[in-house]
Amino acid sequence: MLEIRGLRARVGDLEILKGVDLTVHAGEVHAIMGPNGSGKSTLAGVLAGRPTYEVIGGNVLYDGKDLLAMRPEVRAREGVFLAFQYPVEIPGVSNAYFLKSALNSIRRHRGESELDSADFVTWVEAKRNLLGLDDAVMRRGVNEGFSGGEKKRNEIFQMAVLEPRLAILDETDSGLDIDALRVVADGVNAMRSPARAILVITHYQRLLNHIVPDRVHVLSGGRIVRSGDKALALELEQKGYAGLGAAGA
Amino acid sequence: MAAPADVKLAYLADHAAFLREDVGPKFVRVIREAAIASFAARGFPTLKDEDWKYTNVSSLARQTFRRSGRVTGVSRESLAPFALPEAIELVFVNGHLEPSLGSRHPVLEGIEVGSLMAAADEEPEEVQKQLGKHASFAQHPFVALNTAFWHDGAYLHVPANEVLERPLHLLFLSAPGGEPTVSHPRNLLVLEPQSQATVIETYAGIGEDPSFTNAVTEVVVGEGAHLERYKVQRETERAHHLGTTQYVQGRDAQITDHSVSFGGALVRSDVNAAFAAQGGSLTLNGLFSAGGGQFVDNHTKIDHAHPHGTSAELYKGILDGRARGVFHGNVLVRAGAAKTNARQTNRNILLSTEARMDSIPGLEIHHNDVKCTHGSSIGRVDEQAVFYLRSRGIDEVTAKSLLVFAFTSELLAAMKVTAVRDRVARLLMERLPNAEGIREVQ
Repeated sequence: MLEIRGLRARVGDLEILKGVDLTVHAGEVHAIMGPNGSGKSTLAGVLAGRPTYEVIGGNVLYDGKDLLAMRPEVRAREGVFLAFQYPVEIPGVSNAYFLKSALNSIRRHRGESELDSADFVTWVEAKRNLLGLDDAVMRRGVNEGFSGGEKKRNEIFQMAVLEPRLAILDETDSGLDIDALRVVADGVNAMRSPARAILVITHYQRLLNHIVPDRVHVLSGGRIVRSGDKALALELEQKGYAGLGAAGA
Repeated sequence: MAAPADVKLAYLADHAAFLREDVGPKFVRVIREAAIASFAARGFPTLKDEDWKYTNVSSLARQTFRRSGRVTGVSRESLAPFALPEAIELVFVNGHLEPSLGSRHPVLEGIEVGSLMAAADEEPEEVQKQLGKHASFAQHPFVALNTAFWHDGAYLHVPANEVLERPLHLLFLSAPGGEPTVSHPRNLLVLEPQSQATVIETYAGIGEDPSFTNAVTEVVVGEGAHLERYKVQRETERAHHLGTTQYVQGRDAQITDHSVSFGGALVRSDVNAAFAAQGGSLTLNGLFSAGGGQFVDNHTKIDHAHPHGTSAELYKGILDGRARGVFHGNVLVRAGAAKTNARQTNRNILLSTEARMDSIPGLEIHHNDVKCTHGSSIGRVDEQAVFYLRSRGIDEVTAKSLLVFAFTSELLAAMKVTAVRDRVARLLMERLPNAEGIREVQ
């Protein structure tokens, strides 16, 4: 589903990704771990099309298509979803309006009929309950005045509503207490499916106790320096990034 | 283009002619003469005047606008885009009341709604108590011109303890006919103690010719009375609009003012409020949107002269193209105005590199035991938010329009008259690309 080949990207003059290679198949959950500054969030941002980053080499194929040539909104409509590390507050735009617009833009792209307000309410209700968000949250501005935990749950709620084929979770666990972490992990696990790939980016092994990955990769200095199965995450927990020869640990 | 001195002389000569017409009872004439004398002494403001530092009025000072006469041929159908059928409605075309165009719902006996000129003729004592007593023509050359030349406008008088059940809509239409014309609408709104009213002023235009509307509204809100007022300025691209609203706020009176401007060749709005007794709450909400080569200037002055007054001011501007905007706010807290609570905020979004905004918030505090804040910002659409929306499948143009619209949402939400709110929302959307995609945003 996702093939990243020799991906290099920079911010200004600073090269952050220095040749990332990664293949993710449908149905798989991959974890990308690494120390601060290793390029984890840059990788997530480049895949979603964040304009801050400039791609200077390599390529990314998504279902055989050139992902990097697509505008961010087209990537979203094609089924790519980024759960933000720092979700943005948008006062004045209700969560309900925002999500309905997003869902309908994706449905239009797929040639499906748009949902009206009543259908939309039905569509989201079970998903909202799964993430422990009450009805009032739909009427509030997008992430406006949300706690850190609410913001992260809202990201996973959006993912559940939009049903992406490739979901990228950028440090969705950071700042969550154990209860919130479980809610988020349950939400993600409920989304696992043979047709969907999930890329979990995290600094901590803790999340991977709840979302068990098929593959674990260590990103360091802008490259993937080790890959393995879920045991690699435990090894990291014991030895730290330095123990794996990762730079910047 | 004429020299300002010649245009001034033309106004003075025209005033001599104007006074030979039927221009109201003696007390009105006396005020007119004082006002024109004030204008004669001072003339047009220039950029050297502190209050006019950012407002270039040369397009008014170098061009003669003829006093507009009555025009026929304006139909009720042509007013449909501006009319509010559910309101008590008075329609003025080029400053002349056109009773056949209004929709007159019955009002409670004792509440007076109608022509200010008629009220001045019929009840000179009531009108004389207030007319020209609040909006200072000595301080403001265009208030002076209005006071000297006003032909008509609305008079509202709500007796003590009465409630105006329906909103009152005052629709001022500029319909210039082939040459530049000016009208000077003059309104007087008086709410006696413990009364309540909602008043909407709409200034609209039709046609392509330049027009000049120079409006003054004096508002007296008595002890414990409640007023919700809207002013929606939506004239044409070639319209000049000078408007002054002067509030006098009685003890514990509640005033909410919504000032909305969609720009013009030159738009200058002054909203002034004076607390005349203790207590009271004043909300000044402002929303302006300008594009092309438009100019919109908002001046506000709040005078806290007594204890326990609260004022909350929020003005937001959206500027596109080569438009220029100004916000000049002044909050004065006088000695003795203890426990004053004043908040003044101006936020602006620039949508183009050539648009420009000057924001000058100001607090002048002469008492210690008060709580006052002010803030001002000029920025662009938040790129982080744009990317967030795009990452969910919403295209870039729609995302930006959505964010600009959302920027106005708290001001729209504060508008209790939904017909006005919906209309303002639609006018905002019409100025934003892909706006059909951003309905029902809240």
